[in-house]
Amino acid sequence: MRGRWLEPSVLPGFGPALGFTLFWLGLLVVLPLAALVARPWELGLAGFWHSVTEPRVLAALRLSFGAALAAAAVNVVFGLVVTWVLVRYDFPGRRLADAVVDLPFALPTAVAGIALTAIYAGNGWIGSWLGPLGIKVAYTPLGILVALVFVGLPFVVRSVQPVMQDLDAELEEAAETLGAGPVQRVTRVILPALAPACVTGFALAFARALGEYGSVIFIAGNMPLVSEIAPLLIVIRLEQFDYAGAAAVGLVMLGLAALGLLAINLSQVILARRGAA
Amino acid sequence: MSLSVDNVSKRFGRFAALDRVSLQAVDGEFLALLGPSGSGKTSLLRVLAGLSRPDEGRVLFGGEDFLRLSPRERRVGMVFQHYALFRHMSVADNVAFGLRVRPRRQRPPRAEISARVKELLALVQLEGLEKRYPAQLSGGQRQRVALARALAIEPRMLLLDEPFGALDAKVRRELRRWLRQIHDETGVTTVFVTHDQEEAMDLADRVVVLNAGRVEQIGTPAELQKTPATAFVFDFLGDSNRLPCRVVDGHAMFEGGFSAPALGPVHEAAQATARFRPHEVDLAVEGGVPVTITHLSARGALIRAECQGLDGALYEVDLLRDATPASLAPGARVRLRPRRVFVFAETAR
Repeated sequence: MRGRWLEPSVLPGFGPALGFTLFWLGLLVVLPLAALVARPWELGLAGFWHSVTEPRVLAALRLSFGAALAAAAVNVVFGLVVTWVLVRYDFPGRRLADAVVDLPFALPTAVAGIALTAIYAGNGWIGSWLGPLGIKVAYTPLGILVALVFVGLPFVVRSVQPVMQDLDAELEEAAETLGAGPVQRVTRVILPALAPACVTGFALAFARALGEYGSVIFIAGNMPLVSEIAPLLIVIRLEQFDYAGAAAVGLVMLGLAALGLLAINLSQVILARRGAA
Repeated sequence: MSLSVDNVSKRFGRFAALDRVSLQAVDGEFLALLGPSGSGKTSLLRVLAGLSRPDEGRVLFGGEDFLRLSPRERRVGMVFQHYALFRHMSVADNVAFGLRVRPRRQRPPRAEISARVKELLALVQLEGLEKRYPAQLSGGQRQRVALARALAIEPRMLLLDEPFGALDAKVRRELRRWLRQIHDETGVTTVFVTHDQEEAMDLADRVVVLNAGRVEQIGTPAELQKTPATAFVFDFLGDSNRLPCRVVDGHAMFEGGFSAPALGPVHEAAQATARFRPHEVDLAVEGGVPVTITHLSARGALIRAECQGLDGALYEVDLLRDATPASLAPGARVRLRPRRVFVFAETAR
């Protein structure tokens, strides 16, 4: 087997390196996923179907995917604004603000959950203001969205920031001399140039939000059919020693997440082809 | 329309990028701004485009106060050194950009835009590449797209910032000729920034030589060659040799008793520097400044001789190949007899 991909490289040890890579990926990624795929079938096909179509499961899946998508979308919009300010303006404390963006990365998620709950609860700093307006955040799906936006923010900012920094100011100047107004310069020149990075940020924020557990369970209230996320449902089933049922929910999440990321990657390829072929 | 720049200054902190620059261009003129990097030529171009605001001075275009207009309102076509093409747009979309962003009432109908794009791509000789993306084009092609894009808005003035600086020498010469052709066809007033004196002399109707934010001289290429106003202009416009001399009654007197008429502003000086071009000097056996030939190199019809004076100073001399005796070889002792020398006032800058 001597295909083109086995051409000798300047780097030695291609064989052992490839072998190790495959072993490592197999051990760390493929094996656990294979176990997840294998597990639920002890319920039988009908049992699996029954297990994942319970109203409580469907509600949890809908909430998890819906909230993750919404949070990623919110993050793209406001993450872009934050990135814009961090890249385009120089102000006292810019470095500090830049560092603050990373906090959701570093903070243990449970800590974030408790902090958010304290603020958005009915007697919290923000919650006590929103309460009289009839807006309840803590212990509702809205609270879940807030937590997911919180954990996803750095992904968008860090994906877009380097691209925005490299964006040539001459592009905007060229657009301006050609007669484009400020809005047209943003929508026709800057945003299209940032689009691939935005998609990457969206995908990362979405993936992170989908799997988020720690920060959500504190603020969600976890009412079945209303504010119960799919990962929590998996934990609940595990606690009831329903391992196969837990794996069934997990498998559905895995499949849907894979489809979502595939769609995102496809759009990425299309965007990339336009820019640099 | 005619352009008038009047006492324009621009400072960045303590650095004066433009220092009371004044110049005029008549309608349809091709003007080159020539100078080394940091001379203020790009700063001036950006002021004309409206991308930068001068601290002082006035800019009139067709009698209109240009500084009160935004870049959008000025309707000038700007071409950047690194093209500044929109990577995510096809060639056709890049060219059409300036038409599509017009307010709805002024925007031409779709069919008219695509006809105009076709016409412009034909003008810049890029027919058939409408659907390509900038990344799929060569540097020369990209710059031609950038020029078509700038021409699409029917600019009242065309500004080019070292447009060929990033291209190799051959493509550069080709595009130069072609740019002049487009200028002559469209008749639009053009201001062209370059640090390449050959390019400026070749293309422009008149050349503005800039140095350290100031205008050194403005003139046609022939005028600049014939009567350079300052030592800087003389040195910047070609290879230059320098010899110490005395100036007596308009004549430069050199050591060894040789003298030549001193062109330029200085008629009397006890101590001065005479400048002359390599092709305006003869080699003689006697009567001149003694030098030793150190190196000979062939350059087409010419031979460039490098010579060293007794004090170690180096001189360059161009000789006609056919008129050069075979005995002339490195190590030969000869004498320099400059035919045309310039003596400028010593500037204390």
